[in-house]
Amino acid sequence: MLELKNISYGVEDNGDNKEIIKDLTLTISDGKFTVITGPNGGGKSTLAKLIAGIIKPTSGRIILDGEDITDMNITDRARKGVGFAFQQPVKFKGIKVIDLLRIAAGKDLKVAEACTYLSEVGLCARDYINREVNGSLSGGELKRIEIATVIARDVKLSVFDEPEAGIDLWSFQNLTRIFEKMRAERTSGSVVVISHQERLLKIADEIVVLANGKVKTQGKGEDILPTITGTDAAVDSCSMLN
Amino acid sequence: MADIQMDEIQKRMIEELADLHEVPVGAYNFRANSKLAGRNTTANIDIVSKEDGTGIDIRVKAGTKKESVHIPVVISASGIKETVYNDFFIEDDCDVVIVAGCGIHNCGKQDSQHDGVHRFFIGKNSKVKYVEKHYGDGDGDGKRILNPVTEVNMEEGSSMEMEMVQIKGVDSTKRTTNATLKADAKLVVHERLMTHGVQQADSIYNVILEGDGSSADIVSRSVARDTSYQKLDLCIRGDARCSGHTECDSIIMDNGRILAVPSLEANNVDAMLVHEAAIGKIAGDQLNKLMTLGLTEAEAEEQIINGFLK
Ligand SMILES: Nc1ncnc2c1ncn2[C@@H]1O[C@H](COP(=O)(O)OP(=O)(O)OP(=O)(O)O)[C@@H](O)[C@H]1O
Ligand SMILES: [Mg+2]
Repeated sequence: MLELKNISYGVEDNGDNKEIIKDLTLTISDGKFTVITGPNGGGKSTLAKLIAGIIKPTSGRIILDGEDITDMNITDRARKGVGFAFQQPVKFKGIKVIDLLRIAAGKDLKVAEACTYLSEVGLCARDYINREVNGSLSGGELKRIEIATVIARDVKLSVFDEPEAGIDLWSFQNLTRIFEKMRAERTSGSVVVISHQERLLKIADEIVVLANGKVKTQGKGEDILPTITGTDAAVDSCSMLN
Repeated sequence: MADIQMDEIQKRMIEELADLHEVPVGAYNFRANSKLAGRNTTANIDIVSKEDGTGIDIRVKAGTKKESVHIPVVISASGIKETVYNDFFIEDDCDVVIVAGCGIHNCGKQDSQHDGVHRFFIGKNSKVKYVEKHYGDGDGDGKRILNPVTEVNMEEGSSMEMEMVQIKGVDSTKRTTNATLKADAKLVVHERLMTHGVQQADSIYNVILEGDGSSADIVSRSVARDTSYQKLDLCIRGDARCSGHTECDSIIMDNGRILAVPSLEANNVDAMLVHEAAIGKIAGDQLNKLMTLGLTEAEAEEQIINGFLK
């Protein structure tokens, strides 16, 4: 279980302090598939980075399974079981797909094992395993590899930041299946996906709507979904400007 | 290494340099502490010492295909200072691999220095792959100094691929590579350089694209750590209808410093010359990504550097 208690995060912006996350309290329960959604700029990626330890909150505590991890660095959190797929996958010169998967799995994966992860994200493993994780891969390919690294980690809390971005419609079905499978296999851990996609929202156990740095609503998927699909997202963002 | 006269240290240096665990097939010339330690020639490849004793001539007969030449040099005594001239005469229509390299193991107080001057004369339509590795170790106070000069003369339609690697243990180096390309000749260079401690490395390329259809692609990747210093000059001159590309991609760490001085000179309206250069520390998001996979910051750095220099 992940608990975020009174989390605030601010940055220096032209001399002013800009609050991006505002006194946010949220609990992500075990064994659930949680989708975080909300308008662009609402603070979703910022929240994910706070969970992974890439940035530190200005105030508030982060508790993972009863343990306060607020002051832990990225590595220690990763080793405690936090996995994070970046919204923008990172590129590397000279590091191959198989190298990255081996680092993720924390062991000397056999090629066949590494291939399984790639197949899961819909990549023909043979063609990709020895490619460098650099700009020669397409945006969608990088995104799938990014997802595969988190699957390979097999941890108790996995956070995916907009996994569907850049993934074509044909493959979308598969992506949905990945998350359904992760949920089915992980009864003790949880999967958190940041997404705007109705199809992912539809399979969510829990939906959290984040807007303007705060939790706007949170609840069971079936209860929340009807309240957001009817509204126009643009109206939300415009009202944020007021 | 049966018929090679070298001690254990020297043999280990050879392994570092050329991945050689046994006597290579094909032609070779091993030089250890300024003496000849073993030589082999083949029907197509001849190696002879220069009469004045300053180096060797390597002659590859026209049409020689799929053969290799190894010419490693090791220095394991302190206080040696030598300049060696090696000339490669590759006749027309060859396809050969040449592996050179110099390792200095200096446990003594005096400086050891090897300045190798390699000249290549590459015949029409010949293909050469050249691998040069430099390596130093030993814990003496004496410096390990390597100043290689490579001169490449490429005839029409010839091609050369050079791999230049210096990753460890050389205190001071000034490497100069000059190349002149006739029509349709093609040069590709991959340089990998890493400096530590107070090391200093200068790497200078002067490539002249003389003939129509000639091309050069020079890619240098380097890492400067601690308080080391690198100066990278990648220069291409285009005198004909030609294409040239240089890329200088560097990572600085700690208090490392790098000066990149690229230059392009076009003397013909059909010369297409491009230069790219980037110097910076390891990207924060690269470290973050590997740390979210469970690596420590130091482990992440190591992975990134290893990949970068691969
Ligand atoms: N370092 C920073 N400096 C200034 N502003 C920042 C910084 N990081 C984030 N922001 C701002 O904080 C807000 C929240 O950003 P965040 O990336 O978390 O949004 P998001 O909900 O993930 O949006 P999207 O749906 O577009 O991915 C945005 O307005 C963004 O511009
Ligand atoms: Mg985002």
